[in-house]
Amino acid sequence: MGAEALLQLDHVTVSFNGFKALNELSYTIVGGGLKVLIGPNGSGKSTLLDAVIGRVRPVEGRVVYQGRDITAMPEHKIAQLGIRRKFQAPGVLNGLTVEENVAVAVRQSKGIWRNLRTGLPNKEKAKVEEVLRLVELTDKRLIRASHLGHGEKQWLEMGMVMGCEPDLLLLDEPTSGMTPSETTFTAKLVRQLAETTTVLVIDHDMSFVEELGAPVSVLHQGRLLREGAMETIRNDPEVVSVYLGRAVTKTDAHA
Amino acid sequence: MRWSGLILAAALLAAAPFVISPYNLSLLGRFLALAILGLGIAIVWGYAGILSLGQGVFFGLGGYALAMHLKLVADGFPDFMVWNGVESLPWWWTPFSNPGFALAMVVVAPTAVAVFLGVLFFRRRVTGVYIALITQALALAFATLLISQQGSTGGFNGLTNFNTFLGMKLSAPHIRLALYGVTAAFLVSGFLAMRWMTGTHFGKMLVAIRDGENRVRFLGYDPSLYKTAAFGISALLAGVSGALFTLHLGVISPAMVGVLPSIEMVIGVAIGGREALGGAVFGTVFMNILKDRVSSAFPNAWLYVVGAMFVLVVIALPRGFAGLAETAAASRLRALGRLRGKSAPLARKAVAVEVAEGAVTVERGD
Repeated sequence: MGAEALLQLDHVTVSFNGFKALNELSYTIVGGGLKVLIGPNGSGKSTLLDAVIGRVRPVEGRVVYQGRDITAMPEHKIAQLGIRRKFQAPGVLNGLTVEENVAVAVRQSKGIWRNLRTGLPNKEKAKVEEVLRLVELTDKRLIRASHLGHGEKQWLEMGMVMGCEPDLLLLDEPTSGMTPSETTFTAKLVRQLAETTTVLVIDHDMSFVEELGAPVSVLHQGRLLREGAMETIRNDPEVVSVYLGRAVTKTDAHA
Repeated sequence: MRWSGLILAAALLAAAPFVISPYNLSLLGRFLALAILGLGIAIVWGYAGILSLGQGVFFGLGGYALAMHLKLVADGFPDFMVWNGVESLPWWWTPFSNPGFALAMVVVAPTAVAVFLGVLFFRRRVTGVYIALITQALALAFATLLISQQGSTGGFNGLTNFNTFLGMKLSAPHIRLALYGVTAAFLVSGFLAMRWMTGTHFGKMLVAIRDGENRVRFLGYDPSLYKTAAFGISALLAGVSGALFTLHLGVISPAMVGVLPSIEMVIGVAIGGREALGGAVFGTVFMNILKDRVSSAFPNAWLYVVGAMFVLVVIALPRGFAGLAETAAASRLRALGRLRGKSAPLARKAVAVEVAEGAVTVERGD
């Protein structure tokens, strides 16, 4: 079973000065489709993504991707295996234009010699166009990324990570700072993406998570608390007490 | 637009020998040599975001590599070694009697040292102000080493009293003229090469790494590779600059490679505009002309003048003179756009320039 999994965290512990952000966490993504990870603040959601992409290193346990141990692999090598992550704060490249941002992401060759060329190969050029259309930034292609609005920056970064055609896409709160209609559009886009690649979404926004309609895992104090469909999770007493509880009681009080 | 500026600059360089006195031409040649180093600072600092305060080291390596050859040609056995009681030529001096080897080392030595240092720094993810401090310390160490090893380096006086290179008398007027031409040609080709490079995907990656090293890393690139390359390219240009400068001045000494000159070079580029190659060239030449004028009129005032200029540029012109020029170009384009009823490509270009110019105040970070 383990060998078939796309991503497998095996008893992973990440410690920040003694605080265990992830505590012997085991978590498996079989591959294909959409998965959602929720949990209260400080439950270790972002740390989990960090541990996968190599931004933080586990003190114990292993991270296995497509059967390869990537626990100690350099970050760029992990990325080259086809894992992309969208950060919570938009991580666009401010000094480059919108178009160049996408080009940096889409470019397949990562070394120096092959990049001593102006322009991209036709295939990659077409990909840039496709991404720009998808995130509706074609008109702003020549503008520096620093001049985009917050929402547009989120879109641009989404486009950048999507443009890489990753095998595993990690989205860290993709709807942060978005209006309800933008959120709905993002949900549609994410579902569409999940048809061709494996997507793991972290989010706080319950309405967004429900729109995604995907299996949900709940993280609590660095451990996996529950996995299941959103309705089951919602009605699980333990989950309610650690996480949804607060939201539910609030809604109940209003009702 | 940009090409016209380049053609104008090239025409001015070509006209200079017919217009200005041989003395001033020799000064200009020296400044043009320094401008080659300025190009390197624009690449490593303006594009890649690595503030190196130790470019003097690479300048010195290039200068000394050539000067060692010139010294061996002039003296056979260098005079200062006799004065210092050194009886036989140190082994590492010997190959420099070959001009080909010396010329190769002008390029190879600084580049190799920079690549070695770059691997050390950037693999370990040393960044920002730490790079500035380490490179400054290196410049200090390099100058100190040269002074302390008087017997094999000429010490504080450096290497001087040489007059022929490849059989040509360096003081002859036509050779001086040729030297000016060679320097100008090196500068122009260096400029064109860097201009091409910054337009490649590699060049875009330098800016990308400057603005978001982590983002780039998680897109699958290894930033240390790119930063090392940028550092190496800047060192290569500094080495060529040092060798040409040595030919112009007839001397290379620790005073030209230490902390002060290294910082001065960076200030010159800041004044001209570190994110523009033309700005870096202009800034270096401008600052050195000013230095020459100020130091001959008020010998003690130069440090204050350069300090004041630096503060002014940092506060008022973060992108140097090049930033000013772009602002002017943008408003002209805007006016043109209005005049021609906003022809689409022109208007789009105006927007792009406008936007670029606005980037002055924009925060950096990932």
